[in-house]
Amino acid sequence: MLKHLELLLLVAALPFGTATAQTASPGDPGEAAAAVTVDSLAAIPTVEPEVAAPPEVGPATVLTIQDFPNDAGDHLILSFCESPNPECVLAYLVMRRTPGAPDSLGGQWAVVKNVPSGDPTEIVDGYDPDFLVEPGTQYEYRVDVLTLDGRQIEGPAVTPNFSPKGEIFHTEKLKVLIGCIIFIGLIFLYFKRAQMGHELYLRPIPGIDAIDEAIGRATEMGKPILYVPGLSSIEDVATIASLTILNRVAKKVAEYQTPLRVPNRDPIVYTVAEETVKQAYMEAGRPDSYEANSVFFVTDSQFAYVAAVNGLMTREKPATNFYLGMFWAESLLLAETGSLSGAIQIAGTDAITQLPFFITTCDYTLIGEELYAASAYLGREPKQVGGVKGQDACKGIVMALVTIGIVLSIVDIFTGGAADPSKSLLLKLQGLVDVTSLE
Amino acid sequence: MKRNVPLMIAMLGGLIMMIQYFIPHQASQDVFDYYTEWAPLVGSFALILGVGSITRVHVHKIRAKAPNWPFSLAVLIPLYLIPLFAFFLPASIGGGTENPSLFDFMYSRVQIPIQATMFSMLAFYIASAAFRAFRAKSALATVLLVTAVIVMLAQVPIGDLLGRWLPDTGLWILRFPNLAAKRAIELGVGFGMLATCLKIIFGVERGWLGGAGE
Repeated sequence: MLKHLELLLLVAALPFGTATAQTASPGDPGEAAAAVTVDSLAAIPTVEPEVAAPPEVGPATVLTIQDFPNDAGDHLILSFCESPNPECVLAYLVMRRTPGAPDSLGGQWAVVKNVPSGDPTEIVDGYDPDFLVEPGTQYEYRVDVLTLDGRQIEGPAVTPNFSPKGEIFHTEKLKVLIGCIIFIGLIFLYFKRAQMGHELYLRPIPGIDAIDEAIGRATEMGKPILYVPGLSSIEDVATIASLTILNRVAKKVAEYQTPLRVPNRDPIVYTVAEETVKQAYMEAGRPDSYEANSVFFVTDSQFAYVAAVNGLMTREKPATNFYLGMFWAESLLLAETGSLSGAIQIAGTDAITQLPFFITTCDYTLIGEELYAASAYLGREPKQVGGVKGQDACKGIVMALVTIGIVLSIVDIFTGGAADPSKSLLLKLQGLVDVTSLE
Repeated sequence: MKRNVPLMIAMLGGLIMMIQYFIPHQASQDVFDYYTEWAPLVGSFALILGVGSITRVHVHKIRAKAPNWPFSLAVLIPLYLIPLFAFFLPASIGGGTENPSLFDFMYSRVQIPIQATMFSMLAFYIASAAFRAFRAKSALATVLLVTAVIVMLAQVPIGDLLGRWLPDTGLWILRFPNLAAKRAIELGVGFGMLATCLKIIFGVERGWLGGAGE
């Protein structure tokens, strides 16, 4: 019975393996065999893998922190010195915190920029919308090294002795300011000359001269005139120029008692256009002829507007169509439909991409600046004409600069400036007038 | 008063915007942001006037039984019905997110395809306009035709097959005469815009004031 009990115990102890066997009584032959196996295993020498000590990687240090020039005080320029062991570096983490601030307000270190190893070590902080730089806030920086084996080695923290501040004048815009002063000065000079009674010549523009003829044609045919003031909003200068022309056109239309249709895409433009036309009828002494529904809002959807205006052209067959203002892809859809309906068409826009479409489909096209000058041409008020002459004077200055540039580029060929930028006279002139780096 | 107050507001606004361009300080940026935030606000109120205008025009046509007056119904019914769908049936009728709501359906299955149709018609209009423009009726029209043919062939692989000179000439036309003309127009536009802005700021141009202009 006892022997059977021992056997049972042995079977129960087997799953516990060698550890249990070691504690077994040495008198049992089976257990002794198990103990031998364990001893032989213990005798095998253990080969421990050799773990190399991580290489020493020196920290990166912040070199300089500067306030970004000509900004609102929301950027800082930071440069740092790379780790002395760049071969072990994966990236540099530029960390920032606001000393003394609670954690939720930037009091704890946060990575504001991750600079891969080998990239420039000068960064501008403040562009990341998640980590904006607040003007007047004192920040603390440090640059941590992220090693190839995944360690992050902290660098020493540096607190600049200043806080970012916004500037009162953008020094890089000085050239623009000088240009503006010259331009405004010339405009006012010509205003003054025009007011003093000087005769100022304006070259004739066929498109503007044809406006009277086009209105007269519609009157003779007893058909309406369609005036499209562009599809842009009132903020667009082209729209404002168009509305001033509408004022002159509506005055003539009122004198001739011709129906006028002004469909609008922008609700604000619609309200201004309505008032403009109403006033023009009053000035012409025909307030009773003004039709309340002649100026109307259609829709602010571009192609729905096109469908509505094309429908109007097809149904009412206006004798004259004006397209003056800002246009996009709809320009050809409108002008081609107008052309097919047999109307005389006068267009004007400052959208260079749409000008070819108008030129091919319309009888007269006001190109670019002619749209802005049209109001002065139609009104002939001295100050308006003075404004156009001032513009021409400014263009004269630009033409002179372009001519000087051409001459200097030729001189550069002979003096070696074309090959050596340091000797180039053209580049010197460009440096004086170039403002393309500005926003 | 009716004339001077808007003129003063325009002058003040224009001068503030002009000066703030040269001041990068945060206070200046805040003024700019605050100022530009007003535009959409004014626009949304003006939209009410716009809807009033379109309603007035079409109701007048329906009442007067003007020619094609049923088209006015086709404008007014969706004009008021579709916003009602958006307000009162914002969710999908079938439930869930797979089936669009009635408003979404009208927008994505009716309005967008119609707009796409209008836009796609541009291709046919370009063809007919090009046919008219490229008829060599005069010396200048012939120059235009030849230039257009070279530039168009320069953009496609067959141009390269016809001869290497063709893409090179096309590129030269785009880079020099075309770019020079574009820049000249842009320059004029820039000065024209500036002059118009100055005329508005200093009250020389008053056409934009509508009824208060004179």
